[in-house]
This record gives sequence, C-alpha cells and structure tokens, in this order.
Amino acid sequence: MIKIEKRNDVPMALYFFTPFIAIILTILGGGIIFYILGFNPIEALKFYFITPISNLYGFSELLLKATPLCLIAIGLSFCFKSNNWNIGAEGQLTFGAIVGGGVALLFYNQEGFYILPLVIIAGAIGGMIFALIPAILKTYFNTNEILVSLMLVYVSKLLLDYLVVGPWSNPEGFNFPETRQFSDSSRMPLLFDGLRIHSGIFLALAAVMLSWFVLYKTYLGFQIKVSGLSLKTAKYAGFKGKTMILVVFMISGACAGLAGVGEITGPIGQLHRMISPDYGFTAIIVAFLGRLNPFGIIFASLIVALTYLGAETAQIFLQIPKYTGQVFQGMILFFLLASDYLLFFKVKILNLKKNELRH
Amino acid sequence: MYKNFFRYLISAIFLLGFSVNSNADFKVGFVYVGPTGDHGWTFQHHEGRNAVEAAGIKTTFVESVPEGADAERVIRQLAQSGHDLIFTTSFGYMDPTNKVAKDFPNVKFEHATGYKREHSNVSTYSARFYEGRTLLGHIAGKMTKTNTIGYIASFPIPEVIRGINAMTLAAQKVNPNIKTKIVWVFTWYDPGKEAEAAQALIDQGADVIMQHTDSTAPVQTAEKAGVWSFGQASDMQRFAPKSILTSIIDDWAPYYVERAIAARDGTWKQQDTWHGLKEGMVAMGPYNSAMGADLVKEVEQLQKDLASGKVHSFTGPIYDQKGNILVAEGKVADDGMLAGMSVYVKGVEGDIPK
Repeated sequence: MIKIEKRNDVPMALYFFTPFIAIILTILGGGIIFYILGFNPIEALKFYFITPISNLYGFSELLLKATPLCLIAIGLSFCFKSNNWNIGAEGQLTFGAIVGGGVALLFYNQEGFYILPLVIIAGAIGGMIFALIPAILKTYFNTNEILVSLMLVYVSKLLLDYLVVGPWSNPEGFNFPETRQFSDSSRMPLLFDGLRIHSGIFLALAAVMLSWFVLYKTYLGFQIKVSGLSLKTAKYAGFKGKTMILVVFMISGACAGLAGVGEITGPIGQLHRMISPDYGFTAIIVAFLGRLNPFGIIFASLIVALTYLGAETAQIFLQIPKYTGQVFQGMILFFLLASDYLLFFKVKILNLKKNELRH
Repeated sequence: MYKNFFRYLISAIFLLGFSVNSNADFKVGFVYVGPTGDHGWTFQHHEGRNAVEAAGIKTTFVESVPEGADAERVIRQLAQSGHDLIFTTSFGYMDPTNKVAKDFPNVKFEHATGYKREHSNVSTYSARFYEGRTLLGHIAGKMTKTNTIGYIASFPIPEVIRGINAMTLAAQKVNPNIKTKIVWVFTWYDPGKEAEAAQALIDQGADVIMQHTDSTAPVQTAEKAGVWSFGQASDMQRFAPKSILTSIIDDWAPYYVERAIAARDGTWKQQDTWHGLKEGMVAMGPYNSAMGADLVKEVEQLQKDLASGKVHSFTGPIYDQKGNILVAEGKVADDGMLAGMSVYVKGVEGDIPK
C-alpha cells in the first residue's frame, strides 16, 4: 500500500535547487535516448549543449533566441504567481506583432528616430489589449481564462494570416503571404556588426529588473503573491481582486507583445505567417523552470533557447532528428514537475494489516 | 568519429566569417521546411538529396526549419561548417538565403521557387508543375460525371493560380462544361484542414479532387468518399490505391546531382532554372487502370507533346472570368506572363482571395 503525504517543512534552498536536478536528469535522459537511437551519447550531448555556443556567433544567437522567451516568461510570471492561467501568450505576441507591424508598415518608406519607439509602444499596447480580453471575461463574466486565452491564439494567428495574404501583402511580392520589408528606422539597432543580436535584449533585461522590483518591493507585488498562495486570504485582506487580475494580464500581454515586436523588428524585418515558432507556449516551460523568479527566468530562457540551437547543430553534424529539441523541452518540464511533486509530498510504503484496510 | 568531432569542433570555434574549402571534403547542405516524412514536398527534396549522396557526395540536411528568424541561423551554420553548396528548399528562405550568401561569397546557394538572386553565388530553381496540371486536367475532364472538379489550393501566388488555370484549360478542351471549384486553405501542410476542404468540395458535387498542398489527407478523403483524386509532389498511390488516377511527381534528383557535381568541379554558374516534363523535373506517377487503355494512351501522347514543346499548356485563345482575352488565338503565354499570373481563366468559380 502506497500512501502520499504532504511534507510540512520544504527547505527554500531545495526549492530553487530542483530545477538544476531536472536539467541534470534531462541531460541524462537525453543521453539514454541518443544511445538508444544509436549515437555516441557523450558526443551527441556535446554537439547539443556545447558546440552551439562555442563561438561568438553561436552565443549571440543563443541570446537572440532567449530574448523573446525571457520577455514572455517574465510577463507570465505575474499571471502565474497570482493564480491566473494565461496560456495565450502566443496570441498576445502575435497581436502585438500585428499592431506594431501595422505601425511599421505605415512608415515603410520613411526614416526617423521616432518610428521605432512608436512601433515598440504599439506592440506592447497590442499585446496588452489582447490579454485584456480573457482578463475582462474572467473578472466580469466568470469565464475560464485558460480556455479563452488559448482560443484567442488561433484568432490572432488567423488574423495575421488574413492580413499578410490580403490587405497588408507586399504589392510587389507576387501575392506571396508577406508584407513589405520595414524601413531601417523601424528595425531594432544591432549590437554588433555581422551578428543578429539586437537592442531588444535591453527590453528583456529592463523587464527582468522591473518585474523584480514590482514583485518584491511594491504593494502590488505583495498582493500578487498573497493571491497566489491563498485566494481566500487575499479576499479577507481586502485586496481588489478584479483590478489585480486585469493588471497582471496587462503586464503579461505587454511583455508578449514586446517579444513579438522584437522578433519582427529584429531578425525578421517584416510580417509573415511564421513570426514565432511557438515562443508563447515554450515560455510557459521557461517561467516554471525559472521558478517564476525574474533571475531564474533569465537562466531558464538560456537553457531552453539552447535546446533549440542544440537540435539544429546535432542534426547538422550527426543527423540526429530535429524533434529531439522538443523532446528535451518536454523532459525538462516532466522532470521539474516530478521533482516538485517529490519535494512537496512524501511517498510512504506502508505494511497494513487486514483489519486496517476495512476503513 | 572522434577525429571528425574535433575537426567539427575546431571549425565551429574558429569559423566566424570564413569557411573551409577543399575538394576532398566537398559537402552539400539542404534546408527543409517540413519533416522528411511528409510524403510530399520535403520528402521529394530528401529523395533528391539521397541521389546526391548516391553520386558519392557528402550531404547534410536540417528538417522542419521554420521560415521565420531561425532559417538564417541554420543556413549560416551550414555555410560556416564547411558546406560548399546549400539548397534552401522553400520560398520563405528567400531573404535569409540572400543575406547569408552575401557573407559567404565562396559558398554556392540554390533557392527553390524564389525570384531574388541578389549575389552572384545565388541561383534559383523551380519546376513547371503546370505541365503536370495540364495532364491532370485532361484526365479529370474525361473522368468526371458531375462536370465539377474540386481543387484544394494553398496560397494565391502565381504558381498555384497557374496550376488551377492550366488544369481548367486542359479539362475544358475535352469537356466544355467543366467547372472548377476552389477551396483556399492557406497552408502547405495541415492534414486536418486539407481533409475538411476535400470533404467540402465533395459535398458540393466535385467527383474529382486535386490538391496543391502536401499531405496525403485529401487523397485519403477522396478514397473514402469514392471519388477520383491525384497525388501531389510524390507518388501517393499507396495512400489511396483506388482513388488516385496518377500523381504529379517533383523529381529534383537529376538537378541536384548535376548542380552538386558542377559546384564540386568548379563549373557552377548562377542561373534561374525552370524545368518541366522535358527535363524530367516534373514526372507523372503510374496511371490508374480505371482510366482505361485509350485514355492512358491519350495522356501519354499529350505528355510527350508537352515535353517536346509541340503542345503548350497555355495556348490561346484564353479568356479570363469576365470573358476578356488573355492570350490571343494561336499564341502561347510567355514565361513572364506565367511567372506573374494572378487572374483565373474562364470556368473557374469564385474570386482570388485579396
């Protein structure tokens, strides 16, 4: 007979240590999978986790890939910490990119220092508005934010499809589903010549600092944390639950919108249908792997970004199927949840006598 | 293996901006948009790669590379890691290919279905799939009982519209009452959406289904509904043995082998290739015996005539939907007109999405 009991004393240090255990287990698990697939596990893991970042270019690409993940996950941490399950960051990213991209397209043949800030602000507002939909429906109509935010992802993607195929498609582009290229003034300035890493990374770092400040140094942050720990306590304490829900969704949406704008004004330079390889969903893993902690999220976004790059490198050099990248992401989440479970619960194997079983 | 590893590692460390070029380890890289097992577009490019490998040339591929920000990194990585010729096999790789080509003047690039050749080391190539569509149209016109052909279309780009028009013109030639109904799915690969589109067309009375998308879902839907269908990109016969009349097969292998050998031997030159039935880049799958021997003979003759140039898919008179003349009697459409085709011919129902 197996009995599962809640642990009363969970050391905080261990709580922040389990993500590392999850990563180590993932690497071990990955090694086993590579071995089963017939590759030398040590060599495969080297190509996966070391080769991609062994030069300046690779490292810059890692930062480029981690930037949107970090931004979105920071936003999501506000929602998740307060028990609001915003699953639709991908949609908020897309809608932010649509609004920001729309502004960039207005200025497609103009240059000016004011264009990029306008584009960025438009993107943040776009993401914010899109996140407000599930928030308002939740607060005033009691709908389930998981479903609403998730379904809105498809709405925003279809809207983007419509725009790039129809009204916004490049008039000189032979009807291909893409817009014009943005003007240089709508593009994120590059940090180094020849590398794609752009100033959007400062947006992510600013978001990290700001979120740390808000979460740990302000009354709003206190409200968010209390609501996350116990909704009833928050109610008794007289916190305005509805306002808080709206605020965390707005923060989350703005961050996702910024991530979208960073992609289209950074490496992409136009709107088309493939602006995000599901960053909005992957960021959910990043947020939890980072323990919803701003600095943890930086670390987690780098690790998860590395699984993307590693999958490409491993395929180029060893012809390992590229989907192992997704397997790695899945394993990280699985091991993290499993180690959390064992952290918070004890598993006891009991020897019961017959009469005890009757209860 | 270990020696190789160190070579790769060292080159990965030091290769920012220059690549190792020597004849002994000439390598060709391929970038795919889908999984190698899609049984359509990517599958055929992968077959082409296998042919290059069989010709004794080392190759590498990366599959399922999204057409967004990731494409440039993958192409650049291939260029950096000592690949001498890189095939980027989807339209969305056009800008990234040209961007990377600028930084690697010694590496050759081949971009499929695009039109930008911004640097002398970028070639483009595509196939005259519309010639295959002409054959499908001829068959469809003869086989349909309802005079309604259902067409699952991806994006309203010239290539797709060209296919719709070529098919409709050929079908009208053997059956003047032909109507073409179109469902735009706005995807190249989405089995669910493609199956729904096929069902919608069947419900509207189409008894021949054809697709300009890559999954096998439409032919499987047609098989279930007991209507005719055609395979796309690869020979899909085994997925719907009763329903499939034939398949248009994209055969990239001869082109890939030719270009890889040219690049290895130093005779590679920039070019814009548009090959068809004549060169074998477009080929036909086996014909269904349900077509009857006479029709098969007719189609095989038409195939020969298209290949030899005796018959052209777009021979006038051709009218648009409103009845305006597009190509005068006795004339054929030139490649410029084909490349920018953006109106339906008479007999196609509906409007091009705008």
